[in-house]
Amino acid sequence: MCLAIPALIKSIAGQEAEAEIGGISRRISLVLTPEAQVGDYVLLHAGYAISTIDQAAAGETLKIFREIAGIAEGWE
Amino acid sequence: MKLTSEFRNSKLAGGLLDQIRRHSRRHVRLMEFCGGHTVTVFRYGIRKLLPSTISMVSGPGCPICVTANADLDKAIALAHIPGVIITTFGDMMKIPGSNSSLQEAKGEGADVRMVYSTMDALAIAAENPSKSVVFLGIGFETTAPTVAASIIQAENLGLKNYHVLSLLKVCPPVIHALLDSGQVQLQGLICPGHVSAVTGFLAWEFIAREYGIPCLVSGFEPLDILQAIACLVAQIEKGEAHVESAYRRAVRPEGNIWAQNLLKQVFEPASANWRAIGAVPDSGLKIRKEYAQYDAQTKFEIKTAPPLEPKGCRCGDILRGVKTPADCPLFGNVCAPQSAVGPCMVSSEGTCHAYYLYGDPSD
Repeated sequence: MCLAIPALIKSIAGQEAEAEIGGISRRISLVLTPEAQVGDYVLLHAGYAISTIDQAAAGETLKIFREIAGIAEGWE
Repeated sequence: MKLTSEFRNSKLAGGLLDQIRRHSRRHVRLMEFCGGHTVTVFRYGIRKLLPSTISMVSGPGCPICVTANADLDKAIALAHIPGVIITTFGDMMKIPGSNSSLQEAKGEGADVRMVYSTMDALAIAAENPSKSVVFLGIGFETTAPTVAASIIQAENLGLKNYHVLSLLKVCPPVIHALLDSGQVQLQGLICPGHVSAVTGFLAWEFIAREYGIPCLVSGFEPLDILQAIACLVAQIEKGEAHVESAYRRAVRPEGNIWAQNLLKQVFEPASANWRAIGAVPDSGLKIRKEYAQYDAQTKFEIKTAPPLEPKGCRCGDILRGVKTPADCPLFGNVCAPQSAVGPCMVSSEGTCHAYYLYGDPSD
């Protein structure tokens, strides 16, 4: 029930945004994440962005996973 | 950045699993609190991939499963009041109360509508000014801010026919209650990721401090869970107990301050009734009297009979982590997703549902 999915913010109008989720566009509320900007990923839950996603942190986490798995940089 | 598929990579999962296998010595029992985590653990077969030193138990983190029958009966009674439109997340429709469900109430003529968001419920209220629209507020800290936001929005829009039945709950007090009961012994706790996006991961610090249990906040992809387990194992083997986040991309130490402020503005802490756990002080969110006109409990006189529990159902013990679905005499024969008896089988995030779909009888 606490399911939330990453959504990419394409445009913002007031407290609402047009966001893309897996190729589908939908209107979401930014009332809980007023700091969100166009180009940010947010965590979308029940129509509301509940958190902005730190893409740099995501990249660092994946880098650590690659090091643990012994996979060289640049691997995708 | 894809942010989901990258966290499902099997080669990276192999690396994390090797790390877990290399470091795990002590026999430990870890709980994943959240129903969403239970689904990930089962869907990706994580229990079977872990070394024999690590056993996992599912916790009570499914808001629908822990809603007490007395509260479900209230929601169903509200649906039968003439002029009321019930709006609810779809997961609630089939959950049985003492004698009926919202779906059955709808079949009997009640106006019950599934919504994706509280914003849809507000739109229904605006379109139906002669009706009273009640949103069933079920959920944890993840969902509660969206309910609070809807009450503020109703006020801004002057919608006087929008009401909320708040059955909202917060998680830290129930973990306190579970651990204090002494019924479940844990060496590590995987804390809910999206609850923590709102509360911040520091909300779990008391568990490490007071109970000496390491806590890891996790995301919902398999690599997130494996990272959380690897970090728990590292703490356990070093004899440490503190809170860490294995979900750095979404969870800040302090959480979402905007959402927290909105919660404080609209709700106050109150005792809440958890299925099989009972009344837990300060684990519920009651609508403040400043917003009483939006409170369905104040607006309507809701009459219900004393609640009844389904015979033979072990959902309560399963929610407390004391028993597994395999211990339930109804599991898999009388109780299955098509003919569910208890909420843990009805809810898609219920432990019984996950066992039924992905588990095997030897679990």
